[in-house]
Amino acid sequence: MFPTIPTAYFVALSAMLFTLGVVGVLTRRNAIIVFMSVELMLNSANLAFVAFARRFMDVSGQVFVFFVMVVAAAEVAVGLALIVTIFRTKKSINVDELSQLKG
Amino acid sequence: MTVELVIFLLLALVALVSAAMMLLSRNAVHSALWLVLNFAVVALFFLWLGAPFIAMVQVTVYAGAIMVLFLFVIMLLGAELVQGERNVLRSQPLLTLFFALLFLGVAGLYFLSGGAGAAPEPFASAEAARAFGSPTEVGLALFTQYSLPFEITSFLLLVGMIGAVVLTRDERKQ
Repeated sequence: MFPTIPTAYFVALSAMLFTLGVVGVLTRRNAIIVFMSVELMLNSANLAFVAFARRFMDVSGQVFVFFVMVVAAAEVAVGLALIVTIFRTKKSINVDELSQLKG
Repeated sequence: MTVELVIFLLLALVALVSAAMMLLSRNAVHSALWLVLNFAVVALFFLWLGAPFIAMVQVTVYAGAIMVLFLFVIMLLGAELVQGERNVLRSQPLLTLFFALLFLGVAGLYFLSGGAGAAPEPFASAEAARAFGSPTEVGLALFTQYSLPFEITSFLLLVGMIGAVVLTRDERKQ
């Protein structure tokens, strides 16, 4: 089914989604939206993994997607806990205001 | 233009627009909902690429559990809008856009120079199509070839859970 789309198209789409994620991390100041952009980047990498798994008929690519999802879940749990803690002390999650370590 | 290519381009358009809207929404709740749409479309691509199990995990874990956690934290903090959404470095957004377009341009040049390449070979039979990426095959690889990494991920999840509990504990109650 649907064998006619070249793998390169999926990889190109993955690259575009990844770039959008990078733009989000670098331009948005809301820590939660920065975090969601990181999720977008991880997910675009997953798309490339699955596309190559189909190309080479090797299920290892799909197993790696599994591992990426586990890492993303652990990262979200710890990251959101950090954001909650920062919000408690600073009453803000603007990443530009977190500059206490600046000399 | 084949029918498949039209469907692919439409879905890709939805994925890119939802990702862009995620970045452009001022309200964090709207961003989270756009991201759910993006994850759903990527799950459709996973189905298309012969990964039904991964597609279902994508919908339940990513679009389900993780995004619910995001929405929960946004509403817990009441932090839909951040005050002063302006960069300390004025030139940062422009530089970001410039380098993002530069990266896509270089990647696109590489893409155009090599041609699109071949499509993956069609499955030999309906049985082969059903077997590839099925829970059986993914599970078999996970528990034989990748059993050590699989055990390490369970440890990673444990560390993540303990970290979340320790970080959000109220210190004053000690």
